[in-house]
This record gives sequence, C-alpha cells and structure tokens, in this order.
Amino acid sequence: MSIRTFSVWRGDKNGGRFVEYQVEVEEGMVVLDAIHQIQRTQAHDLACRWNCKAAKCGSCSAEVNGRPRLMCKTRLDALPVGEMVRIQPLQTFPIIRDLVTDVSWNYQVNKKIPPFAPRPDASWVMLQQDVNRAQEFRKCIECFLCQNVCHVLREHERKSEFFGPRFFVRIASLQMHPMDSLDRLPLLKNEAGLGLCNITKCCTEVCPEDIHITDNAIIPLKERVVDRYYDPIQILLRKIKGEKASHAGGK
Amino acid sequence: MNEKYETHEHDVIVIGAGGAGLRAAIECSALGAKTALICKSLLGKAHTVMAEGGVAAALAHVDAQDSWRTHFQDTLFGGKYLNNWRMAELHAREAPERVRELERWGAVFDRTPDGKILQRAFGGHTYRRLAHVGDRTGLELIRTLQDKGVHQGIDVFMECTITKLLKDGERVCGAFGYWRETGRFVVYKAKAVVLATGGIGKCYKITSNSWESTGDGHALGYEAGAELVDMEFVQFHPTGMVWPPGVMGLLVTEAVRGEGGILRNNQGERFMEKYDPKRMDLSTRDVVARAIYTEVKEGRGSPHGGCFLDISHRKAPYIRQKLPSMYHQFKELADVDITKEPMEVGPTSHYTMGGIKVDADTGASTVPGLYAAGECTGGVNGANRLGGNSLSDLLVFGRRAGAGAAEYANRAAPPRIDQTQVENAAGEMIGFFDRPGAADPYKLHVDLQNTMQNLAGIFREEKDLTMAVARLEDLQRRAAHVGVVEGQRMYNPGWHLCRDLHNMLICSQAIVRAALLRKESRGAHSRLDFPKYDEYWGEHNIVIKKEPDGMKVQARPVVKVAELIPLVDEKKAKETK
Ligand SMILES: Cc1cc2nc3c(=O)[nH]c(=O)nc-3n(C[C@H](O)[C@H](O)[C@H](O)COP(=O)(O)OP(=O)(O)OC[C@H]3O[C@@H](n4cnc5c(N)ncnc54)[C@H](O)[C@@H]3O)c2cc1C
Ligand code: SF4
Ligand code: SF4
Ligand code: FES
Repeated sequence: MSIRTFSVWRGDKNGGRFVEYQVEVEEGMVVLDAIHQIQRTQAHDLACRWNCKAAKCGSCSAEVNGRPRLMCKTRLDALPVGEMVRIQPLQTFPIIRDLVTDVSWNYQVNKKIPPFAPRPDASWVMLQQDVNRAQEFRKCIECFLCQNVCHVLREHERKSEFFGPRFFVRIASLQMHPMDSLDRLPLLKNEAGLGLCNITKCCTEVCPEDIHITDNAIIPLKERVVDRYYDPIQILLRKIKGEKASHAGGK
Repeated sequence: MNEKYETHEHDVIVIGAGGAGLRAAIECSALGAKTALICKSLLGKAHTVMAEGGVAAALAHVDAQDSWRTHFQDTLFGGKYLNNWRMAELHAREAPERVRELERWGAVFDRTPDGKILQRAFGGHTYRRLAHVGDRTGLELIRTLQDKGVHQGIDVFMECTITKLLKDGERVCGAFGYWRETGRFVVYKAKAVVLATGGIGKCYKITSNSWESTGDGHALGYEAGAELVDMEFVQFHPTGMVWPPGVMGLLVTEAVRGEGGILRNNQGERFMEKYDPKRMDLSTRDVVARAIYTEVKEGRGSPHGGCFLDISHRKAPYIRQKLPSMYHQFKELADVDITKEPMEVGPTSHYTMGGIKVDADTGASTVPGLYAAGECTGGVNGANRLGGNSLSDLLVFGRRAGAGAAEYANRAAPPRIDQTQVENAAGEMIGFFDRPGAADPYKLHVDLQNTMQNLAGIFREEKDLTMAVARLEDLQRRAAHVGVVEGQRMYNPGWHLCRDLHNMLICSQAIVRAALLRKESRGAHSRLDFPKYDEYWGEHNIVIKKEPDGMKVQARPVVKVAELIPLVDEKKAKETK
C-alpha cells in the first residue's frame, strides 16, 4: 500500500480550482476507487457520476492527466508512478459541479434522429454477417468521450451545426440495420453537419468500446452522401429508377 | 393550490428508467396517457444497462422442443414453488412476444445460422433459451427501449430522486423529489404511479449492483402502505470478481458457464459434482453460490478467497466474440487473460426476489393508484431467480403495469395534493442540513453493509439474525443523527446518501425479519439451524406491511392456479426421480 496525491477539480459554473487529496492506494485500484475514497473520507460532497464500475454504462467520463477516460477503467498503476494524478471534468460540456457536466445537449441531438423504422416487408431473417456492423455501433455506451475530444465541438463549439461522432455512430447503426427503411442522408448532409468532420480520428482513439468510429461509421456515411449528392451517374440512375430503388440498392 | 415548488402534472408517472420503467412508460404513453419517466441517473444508465447474459424466452429457435410450459416449470423449480403461479405463467407465455417486439423496435440480437435470434444455455433452464447480444444484452435492451420511448413523447426527468409518494386518502396521487443537480424540490401530480426502481444490492458490502440500488421503490411502496413479499430471498450470484479489492463483487456473467466455463477448487476438482451432479456448473444460482462458499470455508478456495472459473479450453476468438466484455473486464481490471488462464470468482449479492406484492395481470399493488414492475416487485421468481428471467420480467410486467396504470388513470378522479405532506417531505430533506455535529452517513452505510453481509448473507441462523435485528435498531437510531457535513444542495452525494440510508434500513429490516420467520432452507434462503425444506413453509410466502405499531411480518398461502397443477406436479415428479 502506498500514498498517492490526486488533484481534483472542484467548483461549479462560477469557477473552481484543483484541490489536492492524499489517498492510500491498493493494488489494482482504478481512478474511480480513489474518487470514492476521497468522497467517503475527505470530501463527502465531491460530485461525480458513476453506475456500473465496469465500463458498461459510460457515466464516469472525465479527463485524467489531460486524457478523456472512463475513471472506472483507468488503473492507477497504468499512470506514471510518483506523479500526481490530475482529474478534471469533460471540457466540452458546461460544468455543473466538480466532475459532473451538463451533457443534456447530447440527448437533444439524439431526439433529432429519426428512429428505427422497419421495412413493411421485413422478414426479420438476418444473418450474423449482415448485422456485425450494426452491432459494432450498438456497443456504444454513450460516454461522450468522443464528443468531448472532437475539435468541431471542443474548439469550435459548433454544437448547433454538428451532431458529433457519437451520433454519426448512431445514424450508421440505423442506416446499416438490414431491416431499416428510412433515408437519413439528407439529415447527415444538412443538419447533422457530417461535412464538418475532417477525419482526424481523435474520436476513434478515445472510444472505450473500440468502435471504429471514423473508418467504419463516418467514412462510409460520407461516401454515401457523396454518391447521392455529387456522383452524376448515381443522380441519373436515380432519375430513371426513382429515388427509392437506388436508395435500397445502397443499403 | 399554492405551488411553492416546481410542479408537474401527468396522468401517470413512472419512477425508474431501467427496463421495467421504460417498458411501462412506453405502454402508458401508447395508450394515450400523459406520461412522465423519472430516474436518478442519466437516461440509459440504469442498472439494466449492466445485464450481460441474456433475456429468457421460449422462442424455441435453437431447441425446438422448448415451450412456455417448460419455461414455466423451470421458473417454478428454480423458485422452489413459492412463485406467484399466475405471474410465472404470464411471464413464460409472453416473454417470446416481448423479445420479438424488441427486435421490431430495432434491437439486434446475435443470430442463428439460419438468421433467427440466437439463444444460449443458462443455469436452471432446460433448453437453450437466452436471447442475447454477446455479453451486453442489457445495453441492447435499454437503448432500444430508450429510443422507442423518447420518440414517443414521454416526458423524461433525469437525475431526479423521488423521496416520498403523496397520498390523497387511500390512493396515491403523486410524488415528491429533488433534482440532484440543483437540490431543488419538485412535486409530481399524477393519477397513477408506477414504481420501477430496481434492487437493494447496496444493503450488502459485496454486490454487483450500482449506487442506485438502495431499495427506494421497496421503501416508498412500503411507506405508502403497500405489501412486500418474499423479502428473505436475496440472490447471491455465485460468480463475482474477488480481486482486485476495488472490483470485488463485480459480476462475472453466468454466460461464461453457459458457454462451457468450468468451476474448480484449488485441488483442481470439479466440485459441482458433489453438489449437483446432474446440472453441474449450470445448476441454479443458490446451489452454486453455496457450493463455492463451502469450498472456500473448508480450505479449498483460490488465493483471493474464491474458486476458479475456467473457459480457456474454448478457442480464443470464440471467447472474445461471445464474452467480449468479460474478456476486457479481466484483462484491464485484473491482468487476467481469460482465454489463457482461469478467473477467480466468488459469491456477490446480486438480485432481490422480494419486493412489492402486485396483481399478476395489472401490476397493481395493494394501494389504489400504485403500480409496480421489475426488480422492485416480488412474486415471479419465488425463492430464487433463474438467470435471464429478470430481463424478460421487465418486459412482460413493465408492459402490464404500464397498461394497468394507464387504465386506472383513465377512470380516476383528478389528484389532489396535500400541502402538509409536501412540506413534511421537504422538511425531512432540509433537516439533514440542520444537524450540528452530524453523524457521518458514509460510516453508517459501511456499518449497515457489514451487518447485512455478515449476519444475513448466504448462510443464516437464529442467533445471527437476532443480532442483526438489534444492530439494525441501533443503526436506525444513529440514522436519526446523520447529516450533511460538507457542501450545499447542489449535486451533493453526501446529502443524497443521508436519505438513501432510510430506504436501505427499511429493506434490511424486512429482509432480516422475514429471514428470521422462515425456519427452513429454500432457494436463496439457507438456515444453518434449519437446513431442510419444511412442508408448511413450502406452501407459504412471507408478507410484510407497515402498521401503526411498526413492521408486520406474516405468512400467507402461495398463490396457485388450478389449471397449472398438472404442469407443476409433472415437474416435481421429474425432479424427485
Ligand atoms: C451485472 C448484472 C448483470 C445482470 N445480468 C442479467 C442478465 O443477463 N439477465 C437478466 O435477466 N438479468 C440480469 N441482471 C438482473 C437485471 O439486470 C436487473 O434485475 C434488472 O435490470 C432490473 O431492472 P429494473 O428495470 O427493475 O430496474 P433498474 O434497471 O435497476 O432501474 C432502476 C431505475 O430506477 C431509478 N430509481 C431508483 N430509485 C429512484 C428514486 N428514488 N427516484 C427516481 N428514480 C429512481 C433508477 O435511476 C433507475 O433508472 C443482471 C444484474 C446485474 C447487476
Ligand atoms: S474524425 Fe471527425 S468526428 Fe472524429 S474527432 Fe475528428 S473531426 Fe471529430
Ligand atoms: S462512440 Fe465510443 S466514445 Fe463515443 S460515446 Fe459511444 S462509446 Fe463513447
Ligand atoms: S461507472 Fe459505468 S462506465 Fe464507469
């Protein structure tokens, strides 16, 4: 057992500062354990979110030593020994208190995405290989770490024009669902602002669920948008065959 | 009425946004009721999200012989025949349709080679029955319901904790709570209320449950006059992580054994041969938990006080595909590669069979206007729940309670809020700030958890339980002095815990008092001083109710269904062979 120092951001929307705490560290401890210990013994009112303690619910997102992470999945022995552990809330969202931020914007965005709508003729026979991709996207635990790092949201604050990687993943999961019938490409091109993403892949790097956000969701969606709106042959085909047929072929 | 506090008015409010609450709210709102959904965490983070192994439904996709009858029989055998038969019947009959419905709402389950929903084996289920998505079935379930719900116009109130049900004479007419973010109070006026608050795991030290599982619904219902049933039955899941200390209790899904995982002691023996040679590693949870406990106690445990669970004989890519989150959980949290080496596991408090007593068909409690569904109810599982039967329970009875509440709201008179009740509820919460030299709620919580863990755990006996009663009384006295040591009303977990303790104490008392009364061993309830089944108790549930002079504990005959007797007798005959 050893003692480590944690520097935790304390404050609210009016401002705050880093406060240092000494914590007795046991083998195998994660950052969330340390936060809980501080809460139990030194700062009863230290605010943080958590639920599962097993990287399944996406509640405990924070920035640990400057890197967005799930606190319940970040082992202390994986952080540089002898150095202070610095913990602060996600920077892209408005602060509520201490490590808790206001992520309600994400819930509003989700509401704008037309939900799953099965084809009238859906047979519900789906092979595993046909659903693998949708399943990859459905692994998302809504930790919003990807939203937190994406520069379009973080540095440029374009929340009103850009849904962010989490919701491209969500749209991809619907578009690539074998039984879905809706066309969300106009939404992607316009309101969702897919074009603002310049494929930096920062989102993919932080995803705790190892979803290949850029390669498997964003890039294929971008390709579909390009095919639809900018490819002259596709446009012509669509004119001849009618909108629906060409769309179904693209599924 | 003078509205001093923020007030919302709905036909139905649903308290809890796990599988049960979401399914209830969807049904309510589909039936035209103006519906609110209230939860302590963010939407989509409820305990249900953690469910791993699957949802039990006799779809018969993998084993064609399966049927609702066999599912019903398995559920009763698992519950040691104390289940509410009608609930078990509805559950088994309707689960397949609820799972198919989930698929039509966009859930993507793992597939059979011919493109249907795949099903896996689980303890106590005769056939391969659990529809699943790898080992993240709960996430799939909650996300599907969440997306269905928010697009259906349900009003969602996140990070809001209900502390009191409000009553208008005999009937329930709303609820009082606080916003976690601001600490401000809020009043919900409603014609009907559905409780769907989940479990009580936080009463125990070692648990697979999250901070939310403080038995709020059990306590809210109890205090509003509803009956609780089967509270003595707390399920200890046989396989929780035992190391490192920070993750002690974290669940290791039964799907590991469903996919072929083998339990061994430190001698390398497959000890389940001694305890249940027929079902072996996939015996019911009560049996496996006791077996592991006994092996450890008798000195055949693993280095960190558990036993070994080994799946490494399966091919590595298969393990990673079928149990991805277990693979990561052990790799990242315990430095164990489960494709190469065994895991160390031991029992963890996991689920409560006991809860609010409800009408099987409508989810109505004994209080007019109050409905309940999911883990906070009792009945469907009897003395022990089979894995996978909870997720199906949430869907089947969430839907039924939602419909029940909507229908009640349809014919109910407008609710009248009694301002005195509101002020009392507000006063209680404010009171935690006016306690100079307040006692530390975190300390009290640790003491409570130790009491329950040590004196009302897997094995129980008279002297421990009697001591537990006394300790709980003492804790109750101390709870009157806990208060806020630090901070204000904004997002203050120390303050919240002060109130949560109240609920955990009620649940703990109910558990201990019922456990004391049941002088036999059955399902999840094992008495060292009464190790056998008892004929009388095999026919009786224990019902708990709040009376003016305190908690009343009483035996009541099991609810049976005449037409199902042949099915039950057939199962009994088979199992005694
Ligand atoms: C790790 C783990 C794995 C599991 N795996 C499986 C499995 O594979 N198959 C299976 O069938 N079962 C499984 N279970 C059991 C199952 O997940 C739970 O029993 C079930 O999810 C409970 O659902 P629920 O809807 O009743 O409540 P929960 O999902 O617990 O939701 C409770 C809701 O109530 C809210 N709430 C509580 N109190 C209040 C209050 N005072 N005010 C406002 N809101 C409140 C919470 O915020 C939350 O939204 C598992 C359980 C665990 C812990
Ligand atoms: S790849 Fe696109 S979405 Fe992802 S972080 Fe970069 S800009 Fe944002
Ligand atoms: S895509 Fe990954 S990083 Fe983004 S919210 Fe989902 S799980 Fe988190
Ligand atoms: S607590 Fe659930 S992801 Fe960390």
